[in-house]
Amino acid sequence: MRPLSDHVAAALEPRQIELGLPPGAGQELRHWRYGRDDRGVVWLLFDKEGAAVNTIDEAVLRELDDILRRVASERPAGLVLRSAKRSGFCAGADVAQFAGAQDPDAVEQRLRQGHVVVDRLAEMEVPTVAVVHGHCLGGGLELALACRYRIAVDGASFGFPEILLGLHPGLGGTARSVQLIEPVEAMTMMLTGRTVHTAKAKALGLVDAVTEERHVAAAVRTAVTEGLGDRRDGLKAKAERLPALREVIARRMRREAARRAPPEFYPAPAALIDLWVEHAERPAAMRREEVASFARLLATPTAQNLIRVFFLREKMKALGKAGGRPVRHVHVIGAGAMGGDIAGWCALKGLRVTLSDMKTEAIGGAVRRTAELCRQRHLSRADTRDVMDRLAADPHNRAVGQADLVIEAVPEKLDIKRSLYESIEPKLKPQALLATNTSSIGLDDLAAGLRNPGRLVGLHFFNPVSRMDLVEVVRHREIFEATFTRARTFVGQIDKLAAPVASAPGFLVNRALMPYLAEAMAMLDEGVGPATVDAAAETFGMPMGPVEVADRVGLDICLDVAEMLSAKLGLRDMPGLDRLRRKVEAKELGMKTGKGFYPWSGGKPKKGAAGTPPEAAADRLILPLLNACVACLREGVVADEDIVDGAMIFGTGFAPFTGGPLYYARKRGIEEIVRMLTGFEQQWGPRFAPDEGWVALAE
Amino acid sequence: MARPVYIVDGARTPFIKARGKPGPFTPVDLAVQCGRSLLDRLDMPRDAFDEVILGCVNVIADEMNPARVAALRLGMGEAMRAFTVQINCGSGMQSIDTAFRYIQAGNADLVLAGGAESLSHAPLVFRREAAEWYGAMATARSLPARLKALAGFRPRFFKPVIGLERGLTDPVVELNMGQTAEVLAHLFGVSREAADGYAVESHHRLARAQEQGWLDGEVEPLITRDGRSFERDDGVRPDSSVEKLAKLRPAFEPPWGKVTAGNSSQITDGASWVVLASEEALEDHKLTPRAVIVDSEWSALDPSIMGLGPTLCSTAILKRHGYGLAEIDLWELNEAFAAQVLACLAAWNDPGYCTTVLGLDGPLGRIERDRLNPDGGAVSLGHPVGASGNRIVLHLVNALHRMDLHRGIATECIGGGQGGAMLIETI
Repeated sequence: MRPLSDHVAAALEPRQIELGLPPGAGQELRHWRYGRDDRGVVWLLFDKEGAAVNTIDEAVLRELDDILRRVASERPAGLVLRSAKRSGFCAGADVAQFAGAQDPDAVEQRLRQGHVVVDRLAEMEVPTVAVVHGHCLGGGLELALACRYRIAVDGASFGFPEILLGLHPGLGGTARSVQLIEPVEAMTMMLTGRTVHTAKAKALGLVDAVTEERHVAAAVRTAVTEGLGDRRDGLKAKAERLPALREVIARRMRREAARRAPPEFYPAPAALIDLWVEHAERPAAMRREEVASFARLLATPTAQNLIRVFFLREKMKALGKAGGRPVRHVHVIGAGAMGGDIAGWCALKGLRVTLSDMKTEAIGGAVRRTAELCRQRHLSRADTRDVMDRLAADPHNRAVGQADLVIEAVPEKLDIKRSLYESIEPKLKPQALLATNTSSIGLDDLAAGLRNPGRLVGLHFFNPVSRMDLVEVVRHREIFEATFTRARTFVGQIDKLAAPVASAPGFLVNRALMPYLAEAMAMLDEGVGPATVDAAAETFGMPMGPVEVADRVGLDICLDVAEMLSAKLGLRDMPGLDRLRRKVEAKELGMKTGKGFYPWSGGKPKKGAAGTPPEAAADRLILPLLNACVACLREGVVADEDIVDGAMIFGTGFAPFTGGPLYYARKRGIEEIVRMLTGFEQQWGPRFAPDEGWVALAE
Repeated sequence: MARPVYIVDGARTPFIKARGKPGPFTPVDLAVQCGRSLLDRLDMPRDAFDEVILGCVNVIADEMNPARVAALRLGMGEAMRAFTVQINCGSGMQSIDTAFRYIQAGNADLVLAGGAESLSHAPLVFRREAAEWYGAMATARSLPARLKALAGFRPRFFKPVIGLERGLTDPVVELNMGQTAEVLAHLFGVSREAADGYAVESHHRLARAQEQGWLDGEVEPLITRDGRSFERDDGVRPDSSVEKLAKLRPAFEPPWGKVTAGNSSQITDGASWVVLASEEALEDHKLTPRAVIVDSEWSALDPSIMGLGPTLCSTAILKRHGYGLAEIDLWELNEAFAAQVLACLAAWNDPGYCTTVLGLDGPLGRIERDRLNPDGGAVSLGHPVGASGNRIVLHLVNALHRMDLHRGIATECIGGGQGGAMLIETI
């Protein structure tokens, strides 16, 4: 449903959704309302109590069960299942009920009760129709799959995100999806967690019809009286159902899944593939085995840690709903890689953006990249046009006085930034925020030159802006609380995750990442090959090794940050500086110049085969990172452990199945880590000296 | 005190159905043919006018500024100022409103204001990629460059985009006009049966008006160069019935839509003119006024519910004059779509809509069918977009006189999310 924009439209908004029943009619339970329309069709409206979004839990299923029993005996003309919430059909299971589940037997028992309800829906004698608008995910999709027909309101999206929590569908979705559509397509949805949009869902046969909200009543009538046609397997689906082919297909799936998520860290994909291979012909057996497999997976540390990560994300999202007036107009100064991409991202997220740079070509580059971003995200022609209309070039910096927020992304030199602030500060709106994207200059130094230092805040984005969810929101001594609040709200507005940090060298993420990169340099100095170093990190579960990270970030930038940190933190023995300097002097800066530690082509490094990593290589890389996280916590750069873990996962991709660096440290044992660091210190030098903060952590 | 503005006379062409190929008349051809008849029956020199204003949406390349082309072809003199106005479906009323305000302010005394549209001439637009290919061919200098450009040709370049289809699609909300009517049908619970019923009635009313001669003098015949003549609006289907219309497939949103070709306005060619005069002009040229323009109003709203435009602007006029439905003797509400007209009527009778949107104390009430579009409308006679707003004002004057009524409102919805309304009183 397109949101209607003006006051006339706003007044008519409540009439848009077709609920079959007049407001207030029918039986009202806690999470459901149901009643018969004038054609004898029962509408079952899902409206979870006290929630903005529908999620499924035991109470929801119990009520549904009661209703289904009652309705079945009344023999209605049909049964419609739909959400009464604007936000969409259903976001899936309530993840909170999975947290801490240790006992597979108890989980199995609860799940079996859920299956009874969903099976009852599937076995209803009258035609059942799921009407889906907005998101239809996980358990929501499993409910929809148990209906005879699915009608999608244009804009609806479908997916099985369970795999992202280290699980697979558990309410019959594994069996019902491979039965309904091409098995490989269904498996791909479940293995990747990717959502499919309306048109794709129709093409896959996941939905029987697509319509607009305005025709839902008529579509339901057709579904109930004439049906929406029967789906027949195409040739491809038929082939995929042949037992002989299944093992071949499964082998390919296992290989592909292992490439994306190593099975030693992520057991769910293999479990799902096994389920399909063994039970594809017997849907009832597949549903039964799905329960056991789900229960086993849920008890694994991987699933429990990924569930923790899910809640870390929720927590950081909540930090982005801090309050304060929302930002409507952002002015970005500096259209380089960061400034330009920040501007484009803000335009994509619905804000009015002006982008200033002395070089019009630089603004042109940002506009081009934004158009490309719209293409990558499959925005419609009209949506793309609106994004591009919102992003305005402002070569003369005239809009600086109209913006609610001015973000500066000019070169990392104190005098350049200060003189910019001097020229723009008098022009800013009285309530406007001034933000800097600096990664290496202290906020207190920047604030010092301002007449009103309270309005300054750091907004440290990560590269590439469109893919990195994290933004460090940096405070300093003189910041107004209102500034800090509003800056976090802004981060939430543009769908990023806010990590509030204090202004300290490198803030959190760069500070923690640098020792990890430096240790990789140390290994290179010792003669270990770059591919071998990266492989060592990957065996720990890092999505990308440190050498490749350095090449991607740019060795010049790494050197800047490393020198800054080394100077400001008084580090005596940060390794790798000389190696980086030599590379920078040779203009071998990494991916952007086609050569760094690796030769690059087409955005990919040519790594060659990895050798055997030296003893304890992974720990040598990871422990200094943990050590720096603890230092940040002790110094108060970050408020709590959750934020450290969330920031490192969402800002650097730190192995998510571990639950984050500090959570990992706790699981492995603080004493054990300190003991290892002490050992490394004796072997390789003072850079491994355990931070004092470990003591507090151990208490 | 603003000067009063009078409607002296007016005439239009028959509205002729577009039949899948360019019709015999361009917009200016249409404007000239009915303009000649109108000017001939006014006993005064053609160059006595101060201004010619013409509404036209789809201007063809041969007739840029059709108002000026029409003025010259009508022999109104080289010194005649003329300009074209465009506000989509409101263009023909915008020309009257602009003249109204010029005369009110004392900037003009006698204005010819019209609207003309030849939807059958709406251009076939080449695909953008085809135009780019043509450009590359034209600029390639060397033989290899030309061969390279030539190799870029694709057969689909020959498949043109119908300009009319693009023109009837709102670019901002990406809904075509028929879809906006579907939106309204849903929001106000208008059924397919009700829409079809309304459409049938429109045809019957127009047929009756033609039969009774109620359009004589309003409609002046058109004659083509090869001698064919058009005397009546030819889209009318006197034998239309609900049963027949029920068989049509939804035109815009199959299979469940309610808007069909049968309950939508027809795509037609046509033009219409109205002569507006000040008190001084009446005396100078010894003209007899037929009506006075009391007021006018334009409103705007979300493009996806553009069909509700009339409720906003008409209600604003009613409020300004302290009128209720009882004070308005007759309505001409342009029939873009039957469902859209019915949605407007439902909105005026809807307590929630009237209080929250229109700012009234309660529902305005129900407009009786015998007070609304008494002689049919765009569903039966067509909607040449630039001309319709002019036609409804002209016909309102004529119908008020015929029915011996006094006060009426002509109003239309406007693609893109606007509405226009004009309050008229007969003299």
